[in-house]
Amino acid sequence: MNRALLYAVLLLALLVAPWIGYPVFLMKALCFALFASAFNLLIGFTGLLSFGHAMFFGFSAYVAAHAAKVWGLTPELAVVCGTLSATAIGIVTGWLAVRRQGIYFAMVTLALAQMIYFICVQAPFTYAEDGIQGVPRGQLLGLFALANDTVMYYFVLGVFLIGFLLIHRIVHSPFGQVLKSIRENEARALSLGYHVDRYKLMAFVLSATIAGMAGATKALALGLATLTDVSWQMSGEVVLMTLLGGMGTILGPSVGAAIIVTMQNYLADLGSWVTTIMGATFVICVLVFRRGIVGEIAHRFGRH
Amino acid sequence: MTELFGIPVQALLGQLMLGLVNGSFYAILSLGLAVIFGMLNIVNFAHGALYMVGAFFAWMLLNYAGIGYWAALLLAPIGVGLIGVVIEKTMLQWLRQLDHLYGLLLTFGLALILEGVFREFYGSSGLPYDLPDVFRGVFDLGFMMLPKYRVWVIVMSIVLCGATWFMIEKTRLGAYLRAGTENPQLVQAFGVNVPLLITFTYAFGVGLAGLAGVMAAPIYQVSPLMGSNIIIVVFAVVVIGGMGSILGSIVTGLALGLIEGLTKVFFAEASTTVVFVIMAIVLLLRPAGLFGREK
Repeated sequence: MNRALLYAVLLLALLVAPWIGYPVFLMKALCFALFASAFNLLIGFTGLLSFGHAMFFGFSAYVAAHAAKVWGLTPELAVVCGTLSATAIGIVTGWLAVRRQGIYFAMVTLALAQMIYFICVQAPFTYAEDGIQGVPRGQLLGLFALANDTVMYYFVLGVFLIGFLLIHRIVHSPFGQVLKSIRENEARALSLGYHVDRYKLMAFVLSATIAGMAGATKALALGLATLTDVSWQMSGEVVLMTLLGGMGTILGPSVGAAIIVTMQNYLADLGSWVTTIMGATFVICVLVFRRGIVGEIAHRFGRH
Repeated sequence: MTELFGIPVQALLGQLMLGLVNGSFYAILSLGLAVIFGMLNIVNFAHGALYMVGAFFAWMLLNYAGIGYWAALLLAPIGVGLIGVVIEKTMLQWLRQLDHLYGLLLTFGLALILEGVFREFYGSSGLPYDLPDVFRGVFDLGFMMLPKYRVWVIVMSIVLCGATWFMIEKTRLGAYLRAGTENPQLVQAFGVNVPLLITFTYAFGVGLAGLAGVMAAPIYQVSPLMGSNIIIVVFAVVVIGGMGSILGSIVTGLALGLIEGLTKVFFAEASTTVVFVIMAIVLLLRPAGLFGREK
């Protein structure tokens, strides 16, 4: 009951937000919230640490930007194109990565993501250092012009809600329960007869797909796709957002994303100190704050 | 001019040489990672950053104190090792009971801190480190020119890796280390100071990275980004070789450097991705790595 009330209040807040806050900033925060939630599906609910999620986010952003700008597709189709490209990469990289466990899984995903990064550096359609700029937002379904920030915000919110509800559904499904059992005790899940690798791969592909959705939407909302989106720093950022907000909680990654995006916004003038501050946040979270913000709140109030 | 597959032999050998130099650094860094992983069960993400710090220590010693290459070769690794002691004693120590992933996350944070601090003070563009006079010039072999410093780096790294292998496999200290890797409780019960051993291992591993940094300083520009650029390739090297064997790390590192050099000659576009492609192939054929004994 309480939980339903909380979600209702949050939804209401998201609906009125563009009249109070700055829509472009809110769109960015929503995209990263979805990105972090997708990442959390792996680390929080399956126990797999991917250190290469930027490859889905960033590559999908490139594809969506290219689809909207060069092919002239409508925004919803551009997002679908980007998302499907992330799914495709997810299938291939996931198929390779699930062959190794734990720490190796993290290193494999990081290395594969770096490979995608170098491919993006060299591929002609990404315009290397410049990135794809001035991506048109176009008209949703050919009907609604998205050039207006407030209208665009509701489109982004729509994508976010689809992704978020999908994650919520996955986590609370029988499939999600199997994922959690893999997180808790992989050997046991295996001995109970589950094809653990197949489940891991499915979780990986789902996570990649939703991360791609976030990246594609971000490319349209901010009008650009750059190398930053595919870099290992981006993979690190999404880990930090999830860790700070609370791994394995539904709302945590969104909270973490909102905080990190806000922080980057206010600290942009500090230059390289931003990197240092992010690093310090990492260290502090790991040493004394492993439950994250939402995890800590849930723990205090005795839920879970 | 003699040619091989349409490529001048001179250029081919030059690239192979450069590949071997890169491979030397891969070998030293992946060796350090393997040693640390064996004892602490931590993948040290800060390894690249500490390699960068080693190079900066050498640069600072030369430019602020006028202390040259030879002294830096000794002082910089000690400095980096001391940083390692501080990191282990104040942070890593508390993660021992937790999932290994936290060690990776913590050291990733440390890498960001180090990179951010050095970028703030020294910018992102590299700083040159002058070659000591002894190493200026080349050995003329008739069919090719061998830059002296590159020869030195390759010889030095092979000696260094060999010495590390000897220490771990053949000395009493190495026996303690190997025993501590297998069963720390039992070794502790025999009266060996295991926490001290762990601190020493971490300091030694990152000290190696610092030493590699000093050796790299005259070849590459000393830059805050040099660590993160190399560490991801080294991770791929570690996945390919597997962290189970010392000799495996060394061989894999050198071999991949060579392959990278060859790719630069024959198919330059793929030279940045070739290591990752090899990693993917190895994962398909031998998921545990070439020398791995996982599970």
